[in-house]
This record gives sequence, structure tokens and C-alpha cells, in this order.
Amino acid sequence: MAETTTSQPFGRSFTVVAKIRENARMQGLVLISPTIIYLALFLLLPLLLVVVLSVMTRGPYGNVVYRLNLQNYTRLIDPLYLRILGYSLTVAAFTTLVTILIGYPLAYYIARVPEVQRAPLLFLILVPFWTNFIIRIYAWIMLLRSEGLLNSLLINLGVIQIPMEILYTPTAVLIGMVYEFLPFMVLPLYTSLEKIENAQLEAAADLGARPWQAFLRITLPLSVPGMIAGSILVFIPAMGMFVVPDLMGGAKTVLVGNLIRNQFLTARDWPFGAAASMLLLLLTLVFTLFYTRKAGFGEELLL
Amino acid sequence: MSEKKPALWLRIWAIITYAYIYLPILILIIFSFNTQKLNVRWEGFTFHWYEVLFNDQEVMLATRNSLTVAAVSTTAATIIGTMAALALQRYRFPGYTLAESTLYIPVIIPEVVMGISLLAFFAQIGFTLGLGTITLAHIAFNIPFVTLVVRARLHGFDKAIEEAAMDLGANELTTFWRVTLPTIMPGVLSGALLAFTLSLDDYVITYFTAGPGSTTLPLRVFSMVRFAVTPEVNALSTLWVLTVFTLLLIGQLAQRRRV
Repeated sequence: MAETTTSQPFGRSFTVVAKIRENARMQGLVLISPTIIYLALFLLLPLLLVVVLSVMTRGPYGNVVYRLNLQNYTRLIDPLYLRILGYSLTVAAFTTLVTILIGYPLAYYIARVPEVQRAPLLFLILVPFWTNFIIRIYAWIMLLRSEGLLNSLLINLGVIQIPMEILYTPTAVLIGMVYEFLPFMVLPLYTSLEKIENAQLEAAADLGARPWQAFLRITLPLSVPGMIAGSILVFIPAMGMFVVPDLMGGAKTVLVGNLIRNQFLTARDWPFGAAASMLLLLLTLVFTLFYTRKAGFGEELLL
Repeated sequence: MSEKKPALWLRIWAIITYAYIYLPILILIIFSFNTQKLNVRWEGFTFHWYEVLFNDQEVMLATRNSLTVAAVSTTAATIIGTMAALALQRYRFPGYTLAESTLYIPVIIPEVVMGISLLAFFAQIGFTLGLGTITLAHIAFNIPFVTLVVRARLHGFDKAIEEAAMDLGANELTTFWRVTLPTIMPGVLSGALLAFTLSLDDYVITYFTAGPGSTTLPLRVFSMVRFAVTPEVNALSTLWVLTVFTLLLIGQLAQRRRV
């Protein structure tokens, strides 16, 4: 936006241009104002309210008393909550890692098939992603529960005698999370892998690089932006996720998302819930900045 | 990337991954036709669960609620979001960067935070939670997605055709209706389609902004899933998957034709 102001009176024609430009500015403002007004009201103001709530006091009946109170934040250092936080970070990190491990070869494969096949293959990745995510969790509940299909299959095959308890364990949460977030990793990875010119790999081969060397020295570094975009798209929602732990983790798994939800809806301690939300927002921000610093905010993020 | 054929192990990996993605959904669909209520073994073919589903008043109400919210919020978000896309792509104005970064917030912040912030806000200003508050919330998270999609379309827009229209005597309004809008229409439509799907699909933000009697389909599915594994949920899921698949396919084919 390094436009110079055109109000210098160099002559009549310039003032006309200035007027039109002023007019164009006005047009721009008119077009953007509904968005600004709407998001100020229903996005920024609510978020500001959370900031304010996070330093207020919980009243005796679960109401909010507007008296300054910083204890909501000091409470977060309690080992109980630190454990929840650590657990959320671990689950989110593990989910990110597994989606990379599964998704990278897949994205690589799609980027290498003939061009006509790529769109249908990507489409097939997208379909489940557009299907309601509770339905996708439900599909896994059907498979994993102790009287579920996986167990009855394994028992019938004689692999196991008693059903495995997978559902309502941390493992189930991870399975559910990976399944939910895999498309978020594959799509940005594909975007960056697809951009790599074949000439670069041929040049490496001409200079004597073996395929795996070319992969490590060229393909992998060049796909880092996609990996970072994918990590942001997986890690952040995974941290705030409370539905998968709710349905697949039983009462044993509590993530930050569950903590926030519980404070607002069951414990009715809104100030503390708000403080926990601020912490989650802060982590989100730190994570996003840390990664975008390294790779920029590329088009890979825009699915 | 390359024209070289991908290695065999990659092909196998891809097949396994696609199986991993689709098998659970496929099994879900198959078992919606199963006569056994417990959903454990295949016993026989029936349409019974679809009948149960269509006679389930709560599911029907939730479907109606979901469609209402999705229709209203999509219309509003598409109009507002398209205006924003035009503003950002074509004009420079004070507060440009602020507007642009504000639009990224709903895409990036954790849904649970947006949910509780809206819950606190509606409680504070005394709005009764219900379909109205759900719709207001859905418009808020849908505007950025519409803007993103329409902007991408505007990016490749050739301004010369607009200038040509003006040269031929069309005023700005006519130019917009007769030239600009038809050209960006595919973008606007796919933005609207995205908004509609996101709205139909949303659980988290809806969960925090819903009140008694305003259960949407995802909320209903959640409580059904939590309560028990019954083939009725499978039947509902099957219809949902097929609807989404059809909508997406139409979107894809429509886009391909315009290119």
C-alpha cells in the first residue's frame, strides 16, 4: 500500500484523478464495511470479552463478578492443569507426526501420477473431509468397540481370544484424531510437492545423485512449506479438539478443549475457562508465528 | 511434478491409505442395511432403518433446523464475503491490512475458543440462544471462507473486459451486473457451496450457541452416537455421505466446465 497521495495541485487534471481515486477509496470502504462491522460485532467483540473475563472473578452462583482477579492465570500452573496441557500438546504433536508419516507418501504419489489422475485422487481425499466429522468418529467407534467389527474379526480368525479394549483409551483418541486430520496434511503437502520441477531432479541425477539423495537434498527441503502449512492445519485444531476425546476417549482423556468446554458449561467458572482459552490462543499464536517465520504464510495454507 | 511413473511401493501405500480412508465409511454404509440391531454381525438386508429414520421426528426437526441455518447464513455470508473480496482485490483503502488480518482470525483460531466467546457474548448482551444465535455465529465463520474463494477467482480476472464494457457506454452498475458478476459467478457459487457445507457440518460453534429446541443435525447425531450404536445412525450417515458426495461432484464438474 505504498501509494503516494495524489492531492498535490499540479493542475486540473490531477485533481480530477485525485477525486476519482478518493471515490475509489470510498467504493472500497463501502464494500468492506459490512464485513468489518459484522466481524467487529460477532468476532472481535466476543474475543475481547473473553480477554476481559479471564481477569474477572467467579461469583458464588457460577456468575461473573467484575472484580479484577489474576488468579485464573496462576491456577493454570497447577500440576493438574499442566498435565492436561502437556497431554494436549503431546496428542496434537503425535497426531501431526502420524499424519505426516501417512500423508507424505500419499501426497508424493498423487503429485507423480499423470495429471489427469490427480484431480480425481484429490477429490477422493476431499469427500470424507466434507462428510460430517461426528459421522467419521462414529464409523471408528463401530469398528473399535469391544463387541465391534475389528474385535469380532480378530476373534473369528483366532488371532485373539478376548476382545481388545481399544475404544475409550488414549490410543482410540489418537486413531480418531489422525483420521480426522489426515486430509488437512495431504492437501498442502500435495500443493508444494506438485510445484517441484522435474528438471531439478533430473539435474541432480545428471550430477550423480542417487534417487534417495535427490529426495533428501531437493524434494524434502522443497516440500517443507507444505509440511509446515499442514502442521498448522493439523496441530492447532487438534489442540482445541474436544469432540474426539469426548466420544472415543471416555472420561479418562481430558484435553485443553475439554477443559475449556467444561469450565463454561459444567463447572460454570467462566473466568477460569476464559483464562484457559487465552492460553490456548497464545499457544496457537506462538505456534503459527514460529512456523510461518520459517516458511512464510504460503498459498499452501489456503486449501 | 514428473512424468516418471511412481514407484510400486508408493502405489501400494496409496492403495492402503485410500482403503484406510474409505473402509470405515463403506462399512458404515453397508451396516445401515443390516437387519441386526446391535450392528455387530451381518444378518440380512433391510430398509427398515431408513424407515425408522424418516419417522424420527427429532431427526426431521434437526434436519429442518440445519437447512434453515445453512440457507440463511450462506446467503448472508456470500453477499458480505463477495463484497469483501471485491474490496480487497480491487481497492486500496484505509484499514486494508486490518480488514485482511481480521478475516484470517476465524480460519486460524481454535473453534472451541470462538464458540465460548460467542456464548459469553450472547449471554452478556442478553440474546436468547437458539436458531438466531446459531445463524449469527455461522455467518461470522463463513464470511472469511467465501472471501478467500471469491478472491482466488478475482485474482485471474482481466480488468480489460470491464473497461471494454465501460467504453461501449455501460455505466458502473450495468458493468457490474452484466460483466463482473457473471465472470466471478463460479467463484461466488463455490464460495456459497463451501459456506453451506461448513454450516451444515459445524458441531463445535453450534454446540455453544444453540439453545433448547434449536438442535441441528450434527448436534442430534452427536447425542445419538453418544447414546448407542444403532443402525439408524448408519442410515442417517449414509444419506449424509451420499448428499455430500453428490454436491461435491456437481461442484467439481461445474468448475471443470468453466475452465
